[in-house]
Amino acid sequence: MNIFFTLVQRDLRLAMRRKAEVLNSVFFFVVVATLFPLAIGPEPAMLRQIGPGVLWVGALLATMLGLSRMFEGDYRDGSLEHMLLSPHSLGLMVLGKITAHWLLCGVPLVILAPALGLQFDLSEEALWMLSLSLLLGTPVLSCVGAIGAALTLGVRGGGILISLLVLPLFVPVLVFGAGAVQALESGVGAQAHVSILLAMLLPALFFSPWACSAGLRIALE
Amino acid sequence: MAIRWFYYAAPPTFYALAARLWPWLAMLAAALGVAGLWIGFALAPTDAQQGEGYRIIFVHVPASWMSMVIYLAMAFWSVLGLTFNTRLSGMMTRALAPTGAMFAFLSLWTGALWGKPMWGTWWVWDARLTSELILFFLYLGYMALTSAIDDVRRADRAGALIAIVGAINVPIIYFSVKWWNTLHQGASVSLTRSPSMAQLMLWGMLLMALSFWAYTLAIVCYRVRSLIIERERHTEWVQALPEVSGVKA
Repeated sequence: MNIFFTLVQRDLRLAMRRKAEVLNSVFFFVVVATLFPLAIGPEPAMLRQIGPGVLWVGALLATMLGLSRMFEGDYRDGSLEHMLLSPHSLGLMVLGKITAHWLLCGVPLVILAPALGLQFDLSEEALWMLSLSLLLGTPVLSCVGAIGAALTLGVRGGGILISLLVLPLFVPVLVFGAGAVQALESGVGAQAHVSILLAMLLPALFFSPWACSAGLRIALE
Repeated sequence: MAIRWFYYAAPPTFYALAARLWPWLAMLAAALGVAGLWIGFALAPTDAQQGEGYRIIFVHVPASWMSMVIYLAMAFWSVLGLTFNTRLSGMMTRALAPTGAMFAFLSLWTGALWGKPMWGTWWVWDARLTSELILFFLYLGYMALTSAIDDVRRADRAGALIAIVGAINVPIIYFSVKWWNTLHQGASVSLTRSPSMAQLMLWGMLLMALSFWAYTLAIVCYRVRSLIIERERHTEWVQALPEVSGVKA
């Protein structure tokens, strides 16, 4: 378990030395969310309706921006090879890297989303639900995305390839994440959606490090 | 018997087997296709509600079935390839993918043609349409990944992994969009209740489905032969093949 915390700490420290990269994807999220009202029009009723979906799609794309960096640096400088050769469990190390990615790319979105939700005239409960659904959904995005990142490691055109591979797999998270907020707004209640998001999170946390390790072994073989 | 399976897993033996099989399968596909289309377009009665427009079902439904079956077959070969490390499995998966994508596209296209007169729209955001579209994206993703990696061994294994991950996701995607929105009519053929269509229509559809199966097997045999000969071109047995040494001379 130590190796897990060591890797999270290491990745966070490395990211802090290059803050711009982390901030870029957050900034991207803010800009995308701002573009939609400009394109669609400022009617509050319309914005309230599209708000959750727009913010969720924005979060999805912002998470994806950071994915290609997840293993790239370690792959370039050879530390990834050392991780594969080390006696520690590769799955735990990968889980550490996924957690670090989520802390850097997912958590800022969870915190920022309510502020951006205000631009879309969302109610207070809807803002809370938006944050909650992102809190449960973004780790799934990091988990599934990590598999794509492992498979496209060092492949030419890797960045665009990741989006082709993982965006279709993100669909269920998007449906239930944005659906949770919409269900709450329409008065149905979001409990079912939240339960399903949780139900997706647990297997993702369990299987993704395993699939990722297999992907990394294939990439570095 | 188990040993015979592995016997055919060797590329040289499968190359010869596929050479013998594919012309027969292709002829079978053509014969079944002609019979199925003849039943579908000439013999089957006009539908009480949908008129003549429903006849596209004879292409649409078998194509949708096939697109899903092929993805499962890809996942099957991927599991086999990753566990037994056989060379042929990767080639099978690679050979299946374009046909699967073609059937997924055909299913979407014929579905749009059917939807326009029946529902009055080319496209609706319904569970089955959406998941078929995402299945199509999964095929494209698989092909994009395998073609982007130059090393064939790595491409095969990476492709196998993404095919398995995709196969696990397909049911999740299906149910998520199902709860999200549904308009599509219920399943056309079900095993648990008696079919809601005329016997003759059912026969037409079954013949078309069998024809697509035979076509898929034929084209996969053909494509695998090309893949084998391309990847094993440095080996002696390929050099000794009459078709290869004949070209050289």
